[in-house]
Amino acid sequence: MKLFELERASDPAAAIAAAVASPTAQQGASIRFLAGGTTLVDLMKLGVEQPERLIDINRLGLDGIQEQTDGGVRIGALVRNSDLAHHPLVKKRYAALSEAILAGASTQLRNVATTAGNLLQRTRCVYFRDIATPCNKREPGSGCPAIKGANRMLAILGTSEACIATNPSDMAVAMMAYDASVHVQAVSTERSIALKDFYLLPGDRPDRENVLEPGDLVTHVTLPPPPVGEKSVYLKLRDRASYEFALVSAAAAVVVSNGNITSARFALGGVATRPWRVPEAERMLIGQVPTEPSFRRAADLALAEAKPRSQNAFKVELAKRCIVESFKRAGR
Amino acid sequence: MSTLDLAEAKGDGLTLVTMVVNGKKLELRVDPRMSLLDCLRENLHLTGTKKGCDHGQCGACTVHINGRRANSCLAFAAVQDGHEIVTIEGLGSPGHLHPMQAAFLENDAYQCGYCTSGQIMSAVALLEEPCGPTDDDVRDFMSGNICRCGAYANIVAAVQQVRRGQSKKGEP
Repeated sequence: MKLFELERASDPAAAIAAAVASPTAQQGASIRFLAGGTTLVDLMKLGVEQPERLIDINRLGLDGIQEQTDGGVRIGALVRNSDLAHHPLVKKRYAALSEAILAGASTQLRNVATTAGNLLQRTRCVYFRDIATPCNKREPGSGCPAIKGANRMLAILGTSEACIATNPSDMAVAMMAYDASVHVQAVSTERSIALKDFYLLPGDRPDRENVLEPGDLVTHVTLPPPPVGEKSVYLKLRDRASYEFALVSAAAAVVVSNGNITSARFALGGVATRPWRVPEAERMLIGQVPTEPSFRRAADLALAEAKPRSQNAFKVELAKRCIVESFKRAGR
Repeated sequence: MSTLDLAEAKGDGLTLVTMVVNGKKLELRVDPRMSLLDCLRENLHLTGTKKGCDHGQCGACTVHINGRRANSCLAFAAVQDGHEIVTIEGLGSPGHLHPMQAAFLENDAYQCGYCTSGQIMSAVALLEEPCGPTDDDVRDFMSGNICRCGAYANIVAAVQQVRRGQSKKGEP
């Protein structure tokens, strides 16, 4: 591992002031915030990330979970994944979020990994993680061996000819379905970004994964209150029952009133370059009866733009069935 | 700037860390790149904690940090200042085994033994976690610990035995 300077930030302003000197907040950043480290330390060992300075932000606080006056929830950036998953308010009102977190990684990792770190976790594409191979995400312009290579786990939605890497997060999929906002503090400003606008599509610059700029510090995430009577689930389909990334996953949330769907939200994981939502498919469900044919029509629309590669065509049908099954379970 | 340069004090690139390891307060100077795992094994000679994958995938390096289990391979030693670390050496001793250690022996919950300290550290932590009652619940909560010999069935039996309070204290 390349040598780096380690500093501990005494407050958010100091952390931001220290990080703003990095030329980028994206792949190849020379200054990185260190929170749980479960992604960053791993990538530094692999040589994929080679920061010159690390700012330890673990003692900044930012670790509270608070109910908001509007009935929503505010989740600190440094809340550990285990604490978020087991929080009574989250389990009661945002069940799919709790389930999604517990479906990801292991207890050891969830005890350490943070809310913001999970949002920013990097793809598991084997070419990204192997510095001996080309990768447009790691080294823009070097090529993408995945497109004609080992792409079974990779994306079928939101891809480009430069990159088909899957966003690996489960937590972010549930947060996407719940219309989360990411709150960011910068040198002299604060802003809030809807999660749907937070992640960038790879296009021809897959090294740029989100809208964060140097010095941007994620301070917290908010979820608006769910609609009255909403039921939600997270369904994750994978090669083994635990401790494995998703082939396909879905967070589905539905309200049924007098036999008809009055609200439907869902997001997909494991199939796209970012947590994936299709608003038209959700709108299609409004006023429908909560039965398999209704869900299947929405699923067909959600996957209409899918572009499978040599090894992952199975994901198209699997994703459709995952959507249908997750809504059936949510409605139970 | 109000960040604290952790290596500034001596200018030798090493970071001063104070940790409590298995109940003993220790002052250490570590390279910022050093993992907690390497620090435990190489600096403190606590070799019960094992290095398997070194990437947070196998669980062989599991220790308790401030009472919660974590992969010591993905934790920098230099950021552990003020933390309490418990390793397998801090759990029990010959003649005074932790009930989970005794249960692993009783149930033959290992073969080569390389993953065992990590398994036991996870299993002990599991006793305090919101894990459901069934064998499947235990399998899920223990899934961060890989056993290449495949002793899983006996590991689950050992964990469940302790959870049911049936393990004898000390040596089996």
